[in-house]
Amino acid sequence: MVYFIFKRLAQSVFVMLAVAFLAFSLFRFVGDPVSQMTGVETSVEDQERLREDLGLNDPFVLQFARFTGNLLQGDFGFSYRTRQPVAEMIVTRIPATLELGIVALLISLFVGIPTGVYTALRPRGFVTQTILMTTLIGVSIPTFVIGIMLIFLFGVQLGWLPTFGRGGTVQLGGWESSLFTVDGWRALILPALTLGVYQLTLTMRLVRAEMMEVMRSDYIRFATARGVPMGRLYFRHALANTLVPVITIVGLQFGGVIAFSIVTESVFQWPGMGLLFLESIRFVDIPVMGVYLVVIAFFFVLVNLIVDLLYVAIDPRLRIKDVS
Amino acid sequence: MLTVENLTVKFPSRFGDITAIEDVSLCIQPGEIHGLVGESGAGKSTVGAAIIGLLQTPGYIAEGDLKLGDTDLRALDPGEAHALRGKRISMIFQDPQTSLNPLMTVEDQLIETIQAHENIGTTAARTRAIDLLEEIGITGAAERIKSYPHQFSGGMRQRVVIALALCTNPELIIADEPTTALDVAVQSQVLDLIRTLADTRKIGFILITHDIGVIAQISDSVTVMRRGCVVETGKTAQVLGAPQESYTIGLMDAVPPLDRKLRRFRVPEETHDSDGSVSRAEQWLLQGQQQSEIGLTIDALQVQFPGVRTSLFRRPEPFTALHSVSFEVKPGSILGLVGESGSGKSTLAKAITGLVPPSGGEMKLGGDPLPTGKARGRRHPSRQLIQMVFQDPYSSLNSRHRIGDILSEPLWLYDLVQDKDERRALAADMLDLVGMAPDAIDKYPHQFSGGQRQRIAVARALLARPRFLICDEPTSALDVSIQAEILNLLKDLQEKFGLTILFISHNLAVVRQMADDMVVLRHGRIEEFGPSEVLFETPQASYTQKLLELTPVMPKEWNSA
Repeated sequence: MVYFIFKRLAQSVFVMLAVAFLAFSLFRFVGDPVSQMTGVETSVEDQERLREDLGLNDPFVLQFARFTGNLLQGDFGFSYRTRQPVAEMIVTRIPATLELGIVALLISLFVGIPTGVYTALRPRGFVTQTILMTTLIGVSIPTFVIGIMLIFLFGVQLGWLPTFGRGGTVQLGGWESSLFTVDGWRALILPALTLGVYQLTLTMRLVRAEMMEVMRSDYIRFATARGVPMGRLYFRHALANTLVPVITIVGLQFGGVIAFSIVTESVFQWPGMGLLFLESIRFVDIPVMGVYLVVIAFFFVLVNLIVDLLYVAIDPRLRIKDVS
Repeated sequence: MLTVENLTVKFPSRFGDITAIEDVSLCIQPGEIHGLVGESGAGKSTVGAAIIGLLQTPGYIAEGDLKLGDTDLRALDPGEAHALRGKRISMIFQDPQTSLNPLMTVEDQLIETIQAHENIGTTAARTRAIDLLEEIGITGAAERIKSYPHQFSGGMRQRVVIALALCTNPELIIADEPTTALDVAVQSQVLDLIRTLADTRKIGFILITHDIGVIAQISDSVTVMRRGCVVETGKTAQVLGAPQESYTIGLMDAVPPLDRKLRRFRVPEETHDSDGSVSRAEQWLLQGQQQSEIGLTIDALQVQFPGVRTSLFRRPEPFTALHSVSFEVKPGSILGLVGESGSGKSTLAKAITGLVPPSGGEMKLGGDPLPTGKARGRRHPSRQLIQMVFQDPYSSLNSRHRIGDILSEPLWLYDLVQDKDERRALAADMLDLVGMAPDAIDKYPHQFSGGQRQRIAVARALLARPRFLICDEPTSALDVSIQAEILNLLKDLQEKFGLTILFISHNLAVVRQMADDMVVLRHGRIEEFGPSEVLFETPQASYTQKLLELTPVMPKEWNSA
């Protein structure tokens, strides 16, 4: 067990290093940082001095080591655009994206798993066919179209829900949360739905496929033959056995949701990391882009580590004996 | 107690209803073990599924009466039927590896089943579960009950399955191939347990199996089925000892006897009639350059696999699959390799074919040293000389290739025949040689039955012009009558072409029919090695004696043939 975690952590370090290298390459190869920072009137000598001061003439490896060292110490540098510390900019944006992602994930799980189970148990029913068809339409439409349609219906036509921003937020320590006000929730619903629809469909179809597979297995047949109550049979026996693949995909997708919430955030003007990233691209704000890359990679690694640990919690066969 | 009368089960399909079983009648008394034998597709399992009400959709009972005591099983609504399952009728499945939920402890599964049928507290249910496990032969049940299924060995797991079927005190248990996936020693324990339960608890058993030895050993009465119909039914001694129907007689003839060696099996419908003329495939095989018979010597072969790493600091202990194994396969002979699962039989075959690198020892093929593992190049002559026939004919043929392509592959791979049309003609002739119609060449593997596929697999092996054939459990996935045909075929081919064969099997009776010499393997060590007739008549190692003793056989007086 300890060995397993250690191995995964070691792998994670390599992934993070690789991403840090990519982020670093952005600085080195996407444009010249000195010309980004200086104006036209800066003399060539001044430029050269700046280059020397910033260590841009040092060997490549040394620069990368310095960059990684700074990252580890939490020194993420300054934004070209706003001259603010990047760390500060990102940290203020993280809560918005995380809350949006988590709520979207919860919607997809709480709707996707039950409908997945239902459609697996009644594979030929009318309701099942309707659900499958609707969700197929759901995934075929791009996220931003769904967002715009939702805005049009609930924001413009019915006027029930706000169409942009986070609504009322509450400061909890350094965490700006919209989960504690009615206004905040009202603002959250539409973007979370938009972001969650694809996840929901995927979860539902995966649960359905896995569940249908498991329902054919010998242990389910045996449990049926012993007269285990149907409710227990479906949820305790069958659903639990579908969870390992479902968690794998949901975990990967959650990383994706955080990373690609960009579209949803821009449709709803949601002040999260995605929106920040878009703005940074527009202004070629390389430090922010680089750090964004590193932060997102960190989320991916973290989620996958949690997924790996969940496997062990779910499946006793993976718990290799530590002793003896 | 249970009466089944004129049971007919149908499966609707696009072309009208398909009758799976027709007009089946059975009667089972408390404490009776009723065997249901037949080959695959005979409808044995469908009878069991119909009784317990778990027919696969869209199958339905078209006709007949099912009565358990006074209860009419066909009149129950789904809820009542489900409540009856486990309570009065239970079931035991074939494979204990897959019939327990891997994510729940044995305790949870037992308590859940008891509580599903009785209003009983968890503590009381647990006590009963522990007592039951003890009774069934699991020592230290109070501790073991907290384990997960994967922490039990195969035989123990089947005991847990039986405990689960038993924990609600049912009147009838349907056992669908309960010992097929088990080794002989474990099989005999499980069969003894079933016999004891029938005698002491007066539980009626329906024992569904294709193994006539098992039926002969423990059942009171037997029903022989074929293509969904009952062929013969009655007391076991009467039906199997003095069979009336030709089908039953043929079935009994196909069962390999353990106590003597037959030259050939009597197969009623042998299709392959030799008209005396030597076919092209035969000629081609005979004119290969390596005419001489070739032997294999194995000297102190050792195979180790790395253990599972569990700690950061300790190196895992390697697992030794074969401990310095030495034996010799004489040129032109058949060597039988016998052992229980996990004894290293298949590892040995893999080491010989170069799929697993041994960690020590030497192999010699016909006097030339045989490079091991990756040291054996793709073009090494032994790759052609040694061919293999695998256990499962369903997965050993590529389902997306036509038979013709499958059979031509060795011809171009080893550069034996350059011309494409000639390859095809030779493949067609070879099909004829193994007893198949030549028009099979344009079909796909799924269009054939298991026995036919195994013939194709043999043909493929032969087309490489091998001198040494490894048959890894070639008949254990097949029905007895098909098994008899395949064994006959292998014997014929071996005699005709002077092949040397390593015949791996867990079935001692089959090995006796085939082998000249025999190796008994256990935990990766050789228990005994010698001429097979000597080993069968006067086994020296206590392990061989035990294996022979535990193999289910038919009583001597039945062997009228």
